Amino acid sequence: MLSLIASTISILAAAVTEGEGLKAIGAGLGYGLAAIGPGVGIGIVVGAAIDAMTRQPESAGTARTTMFLGIAFTEALALIGFVVFILLLP
Amino acid sequence: MAIEQDGSDGNHQAPEREVAADIFRRGLIISPFLLVLASVIWGLSGLACGAIALGIVLANFIAGAWIIDWAVKISPQLLMSAVLGGFVLRMGIITGTILPIRNQAWFEIMPFALILIFLHLGLLIWETRYVSATLKYPGLKPRVKRQNRKKSLD
Repeated sequence: MLSLIASTISILAAAVTEGEGLKAIGAGLGYGLAAIGPGVGIGIVVGAAIDAMTRQPESAGTARTTMFLGIAFTEALALIGFVVFILLLP
Repeated sequence: MAIEQDGSDGNHQAPEREVAADIFRRGLIISPFLLVLASVIWGLSGLACGAIALGIVLANFIAGAWIIDWAVKISPQLLMSAVLGGFVLRMGIITGTILPIRNQAWFEIMPFALILIFLHLGLLIWETRYVSATLKYPGLKPRVKRQNRKKSLD
């Protein structure tokens, strides 16, 4: 375990000294952080849609359509994060 | 989810697939203009990168709808995991597609990024005009009504 931590620290230190590595770390962190928001958003959208479908099964089709559009709009944020990731990568 | 439970007339078994297919159709309609624009500004590399972005956006819509349609027939619990898992999977596929080619000489980031983001958002906003989301028509608005309304306006 200690050796793993030490190797990780040495890799990070090498990355910091090289400069290019910092960009890669920033890009990875940015993409990861940008994916958190859509993940939470999709969870909320799908949770609400399932709630609607179980409460009113006759409106399941409407809930599914709204859910699909909600998911697609939320995914746009992840795509923007992906583009920023590609732009930041060295 | 049974067909009879959604209150529709039976022609809208998978409204999200209906909407995704319509988005795909609109994407194909607008794609020549985008590709010509990208090729005029960035040349052949712009055309190639624009085509990749276009393919990613359209395939993403179709895959998202297919995953929802597949999961909702099994159970709501699976729907939750399938949608979130599908999101991660699709992002992984997009990343895995772009990472190997991003350092190629012909890869232009600007047409790729612009088409990826603006086509995705633009198609969605465009599609919201044609979504009905009512009990009778849970997917798209019926075309007959649109044509009649157009005739009455004329």
